[in-house]
Amino acid sequence: MKPLQPVSAGARVVLGIAFFVLFFAAWAVATLGGFVSKTFLADPLTMLRDGTTLLLEHGFAHDIGMTMWRVVGGFLLAAALAVPLGLAMGAYKAIEALLEPFVSFARYLPASAFIPLLILWAGIGELQKLLVIFIGSFFQLVLMVAVVVGNTRRDLVEAAYTLGASDRTLLTRVVLPNAAPEIAEILRLVLGWAWTYVIVAELIGSSSGIGHMIIDSQALLATGQMIFGIIIIGLIGLVTDFVFKAANRRLFPWAALR
Amino acid sequence: MATLSIREVSRTFPGGRGRAPTQALSACSLDVADNDFITILGPSGCGKSTLLRIVAGLDVASSGTVLLDGAPVAGPGADRGMVFQSYTLFPWLTVRENICFGLREQAVPAARQAEIAAHFIAQVGLRGFEDHFPKMLSGGMQQRTALARALANDPKVLLMDEPFGALDHQTRELMQELLLDIWETHRKTVLFVTHDIDEAIFMANRVVVMSARPGRIKHEETIGFAHPRDYRIKTSTDFARHKARLTDEIRVETQRAALAG
Repeated sequence: MKPLQPVSAGARVVLGIAFFVLFFAAWAVATLGGFVSKTFLADPLTMLRDGTTLLLEHGFAHDIGMTMWRVVGGFLLAAALAVPLGLAMGAYKAIEALLEPFVSFARYLPASAFIPLLILWAGIGELQKLLVIFIGSFFQLVLMVAVVVGNTRRDLVEAAYTLGASDRTLLTRVVLPNAAPEIAEILRLVLGWAWTYVIVAELIGSSSGIGHMIIDSQALLATGQMIFGIIIIGLIGLVTDFVFKAANRRLFPWAALR
Repeated sequence: MATLSIREVSRTFPGGRGRAPTQALSACSLDVADNDFITILGPSGCGKSTLLRIVAGLDVASSGTVLLDGAPVAGPGADRGMVFQSYTLFPWLTVRENICFGLREQAVPAARQAEIAAHFIAQVGLRGFEDHFPKMLSGGMQQRTALARALANDPKVLLMDEPFGALDHQTRELMQELLLDIWETHRKTVLFVTHDIDEAIFMANRVVVMSARPGRIKHEETIGFAHPRDYRIKTSTDFARHKARLTDEIRVETQRAALAG
């Protein structure tokens, strides 16, 4: 193997799948081979059987739906407010000077540490879940969008001005389209983080959702169910990531050109 | 009639953190008549780009004024088109959309935009590339698009800041001929900054030589070759004479700049 040499598309797919196979094989050997106690780690077959029972008899599909709606809802709320604010901060230095120090501080406040407080304020209903995700993603989004917008190539800005652009059209016709692919990439990244916040919120105070199922299963020592829940989260993450990437390629073909 | 008048324009960049302010440009005056093609020649760092940026309105003079048709320049505008040394096409727009950028800004009807774009695309030899994104084009093609984009706005003055500086020698010569050809058709007023002496003589009616920093205009030379010009004039004795004189002028300045560090 030579460093930095690309591999063919076919080889990429085969190698990518191969590691999944390897992972499951190692797990199967460790559990079915009797190297690990069943109490602590279920084997892949038990996991699948437990998962099927969950889906067919315990309405786990509803839990998955609840968790997904919380992530998407909280994330959309955060994005709808954070993207315009990030644009404003990146484009106008006075707004940046005003808000940047506070946002930088706020983004280090761990969203999960707010959960007890949010339960006091908003109970253990849906609003509390949305707020956890909102706090976890909003400040990160604002800062990352502001940086991307602030890094707009100055020579493109100058070219636009010499072509007669006004301050307003500069924003809509240069700054925004220039930053759009990177903003989409930021959204993809932060959506991944939002998944970890929702599960924590569900572990602590909830009557539905994937996290709730996992904490319930712990009481029953049902490791198969717990692992099934975790794997479902991973699969949903994988699929959304793939969809996001495909959408970005379609929306911004010029950015993918190299 | 577009006349450009640069009057006693100087530029000093403020120092900071204990560094002394740098004077990039000492008072420069230059009158550019309608249809003039002026090249500004100078050693690197002499402030020739700064002068051009002040005319464009992208930089502000510390003293003096720039008048376009008698009105002082305050900020950039579509009446002074500019082609930059770096590739400044908007990467998210196709060749055609890039060329229409300024027209859309003026709310020119779409049909008219397409007409103007087609005209300039043909003129810079990019037919068949209308729907390409800039990244799919070579450097020379990108600069031809940038030229078409500036011309589509029909500016009074065309400002060019070493536009062919990043291109290889052969492409650069072809671009010079292309630009000259376009100038011969449109007779735009052009202010062209370069450090390439051949390029300066080949295209200009007048070559202006700037001194080392702080830049000032130290020499002007009228270039009398008739139009249309052919690339073969580059080997004529008149050309060689201009070149010898300008080489001497520049050489002294480059040495001074080197000594000043």
